Amino acid sequence: MSQAPLLSVENLAFERDDSCLFSGVNFSVDPGDVLQIEGANGSGKTTLLRMLTGSLQPSAGNISYLGQALSACRYDYLSDMLYIGHQPAVKLNLSAEENLRWMVATSAQSNDVSVKDALTQVGLAGYTDLPCYALSAGQHRRVALARLLISEARLWYLDEPFTSIDKQGVAFLQSCLQQHVAKGGAVILSTHQDLSLTGLRRYKLVSDVEAIA
Amino acid sequence: MTSHVARKMDSGFAAWLRRDLLLAYRRRGEVASPVIFFIMVSTLIPLGLTPEAAELEKVAAGMIWVMALLATLLSMDALFASDYQDGSLEQMLITPQLLPLPILGKVTAHWLTTGLPLTLVSPVLGLMMSLPNAGYVPLVCSLALGTACLSLVGAVGAALTVSLRKGGLLLSLLVMPLYMPVIIFGTATVSYAVDGLNWLPPLAILGAMFAASVALCPLAAAGALRVTASN
Repeated sequence: MSQAPLLSVENLAFERDDSCLFSGVNFSVDPGDVLQIEGANGSGKTTLLRMLTGSLQPSAGNISYLGQALSACRYDYLSDMLYIGHQPAVKLNLSAEENLRWMVATSAQSNDVSVKDALTQVGLAGYTDLPCYALSAGQHRRVALARLLISEARLWYLDEPFTSIDKQGVAFLQSCLQQHVAKGGAVILSTHQDLSLTGLRRYKLVSDVEAIA
Repeated sequence: MTSHVARKMDSGFAAWLRRDLLLAYRRRGEVASPVIFFIMVSTLIPLGLTPEAAELEKVAAGMIWVMALLATLLSMDALFASDYQDGSLEQMLITPQLLPLPILGKVTAHWLTTGLPLTLVSPVLGLMMSLPNAGYVPLVCSLALGTACLSLVGAVGAALTVSLRKGGLLLSLLVMPLYMPVIIFGTATVSYAVDGLNWLPPLAILGAMFAASVALCPLAAAGALRVTASN
């Protein structure tokens, strides 16, 4: 096994319009880790996650994947990563099944769990053919989360995955995360929930704006 | 990772094309509006101008082309807008595939649902505008190539303005100068044919514009979307 961590972040900072949102963020993630990003509203949790996906450029600092800078291994890194953002990326005019099929077709690695099975597991068995505008917010989130069951990516970035999900859903998602880290995956998520997962670590994001005040 | 993992990823082109066509099918009414606009305006012109065939045939080609351009422009700002709002655009930006390919898939779906129907109804409108017989084949050929150019160039404008809440007007201003060569050579193709000249040279120039747009516009749109996302 290589010495370099799966993902490591050094001295990451983000500035916008001359004001610094956060700086000096350091952590590393190995297979089997769950890292919970904590912080007040507006402290930059979503920004940090989007930075990890490569869609935002950090103002300073480095992100490296298996010891390599992201720019040097962009394809491998993005193939090994799954990001579910604040917006579930669910098209209201398509059915749950069509949405998931499209998401799977555009993602790099997938296992042999079928789309129908995944939707059944997340509790949408009777809803697969309905257009998504007929479903609730929590059900939209479940459609997006069904991707987790099909994905073979090792790094999962989940931005507030528990939003509008009921208690059973929260329990299911936690067991899903637990299975993922047991298989050698890693999860970085932002949430305000108290999680009971083995391998859980917390990282408190302190906004610079807050620190000055 | 585990051995049963199959790298069965496609280029992203087919997946986005299929999804956008399916979405267009679900929103048939909305998607048909540029074509309906095209038909309505072209129907009104003989009423407003003159029903005289001799007068109409002089302006027919130009009018049909102007309407096709405006109809395409109307539909352009919706290309990325809903994907931007619901987060699918963000997912598109972080796929490992080359970004121009999913964009080309989306633009192809756009052309199949606006440019192609416009091209197919244009002979009927030509009939209404008393287009001389020699003009029909060149009209259809030039619209088929020209509307594809319009969709491709418009995608760059749509990508640049996607994060603006009211980007519609700015989009029109941005792409209008780039649309001008298309309409000039589009109408030239038809009027050369009507005048009995060889209409292949202006059509060939349209073809060249199309080739250049296919090669360059998805790249430009990809760059624009990356800039948009980092804001």
